Amino acid sequence: MTELTEASTSSGYQLKMRIWRGDADGGSLGDYTVEVSEGEVVLDALHRVQATQAGDLAIRWNCKAGKCGSCSAEINGKPRLLCMTRLSDFDPAETITVTPMRSFPVIRDLVTDVSYNYEKARELPGVELGPRDADGKRRMMQVDVERGQEFRKCIECFLCQNTCHVVRDHEDNKPAFAGPRFFLRYAELDMHPLDTRDRRETVRDQAGIGLCNITKCCTEVCPEGIKITDNAIIPMKERVADKKYDPLVWLGNKIGLRNKDNDGRTAT
Amino acid sequence: MTTGVHGPGRAEIEERTLRTDRWWLMPLGTFLGFSAFVVYATIRAFMGRDYYASPYLSPFYSPCLGDCVSGASDFGQPFEWWPLSAALIILVFPLGFRMTCYYYRKAYYRAFWFSPPACAVAEPHGSYSGETRFPLLLQNLHRYFWYVAVLFGFILTFDAILAFRDEHHEWGHMGLGTVILLVNAALIWLYTLSCHSCRHVVGGRLRHFSKHPVRYRLWTWVSRLNGSHAKYAWYSLVSIAVADLYVFLVANGTIDDVRFF
Repeated sequence: MTELTEASTSSGYQLKMRIWRGDADGGSLGDYTVEVSEGEVVLDALHRVQATQAGDLAIRWNCKAGKCGSCSAEINGKPRLLCMTRLSDFDPAETITVTPMRSFPVIRDLVTDVSYNYEKARELPGVELGPRDADGKRRMMQVDVERGQEFRKCIECFLCQNTCHVVRDHEDNKPAFAGPRFFLRYAELDMHPLDTRDRRETVRDQAGIGLCNITKCCTEVCPEGIKITDNAIIPMKERVADKKYDPLVWLGNKIGLRNKDNDGRTAT
Repeated sequence: MTTGVHGPGRAEIEERTLRTDRWWLMPLGTFLGFSAFVVYATIRAFMGRDYYASPYLSPFYSPCLGDCVSGASDFGQPFEWWPLSAALIILVFPLGFRMTCYYYRKAYYRAFWFSPPACAVAEPHGSYSGETRFPLLLQNLHRYFWYVAVLFGFILTFDAILAFRDEHHEWGHMGLGTVILLVNAALIWLYTLSCHSCRHVVGGRLRHFSKHPVRYRLWTWVSRLNGSHAKYAWYSLVSIAVADLYVFLVANGTIDDVRFF
């Protein structure tokens, strides 16, 4: 037993951390040193700080498996999941700085108020399916089902929303801008062959896709590796261009050459 | 800055970013790379000489539609009256294609406009309207520049085929310039066909892949290329400059073309 303890501590080390402590009225980075072991993640270290030194440290977390999207924060300035950031990615001598997400109002310590995202979710028109087939079923071919699967991987950690400079650096854009997570949803629905709603004007006028300047930070921080910009935002920008900025498509529609353009979008 | 990461309600942190990596390296490299190309291309475009060393025509001057030197105009000289360099007649199209390209937009918004300089690094601007207003609203014209870019792809391919001649226009010859023009045409095609607008036009705009199997297949091919669009953007940018430089050096007699056969 003694040997085992020695073996386990031999791979451990003292990790220096700076953790943001405070609330909406103010706060600062506090210094902590905590013992950590090989194979641990940043969330483990924070839990040990909480257990041994700062019992009132507020952290939002849940699954510890990168699937619930709760423990989003910023580690050395980079938006990441606390539970999916391995300590082995850092030099043991390095001080790791952990702050809350900086785009949302802070509640306390590492916990932020992400209700902006839920408000945006409510603004998004849901799926509107057409009539069923004669046998009462709805059918989609596998290839059409697969297209939206990538977007379904989203765990709603809101790291993309947090890192998007449109709202991170400009609070005043929040009312007009849905953000990358919801452009994913717009894309998924607009690519859905059974959805009847035309979302191309909505995504421009209400969700503010024109504010996005495709600098791809959402894609860079997505822990699920979803190609948000290439597969959702840019295709939606192109669809908006079809509807609003392409005179050839407009002319084709007028003279009946492009009657397939709406492609099942019968509702607006 | 009163809004943004230092705005009310946000966690009170003085630094614009707490990133400890060298986040500035990528925008700096982009800035230097693009600036070098812009300076070189501007000088060469306004130079108006040393763009044709039979049988090689510089991609900056192709098609040569102005008052070009003998042998350079394979498509006539409809702009013979044009008083300035012939490059200025046509360069607006590839320039427009690249300026409105989704990759270049990302690159120059970051490197030249700091909007943002890097992810999670606060930008210096007080307000932001993205691509919702003129002139950035014109980014939506990318597909039209793409249509023209396809035409340019064929023209540059044609130039590369013409390079299988010798200086007297006899067929069946090849030199280092031929290889350079061929590689350039190939990279231009890769860049053009990996374009996001191309991906949209060939199949991305569809809502039922299953009803359009041929376009779906094309879309999967373009999607594969599209993953490397940024890489092709850089490769083709360098290859254009190298091709022009080679023609320039041969045309002004600094070097002799290396003839293989």
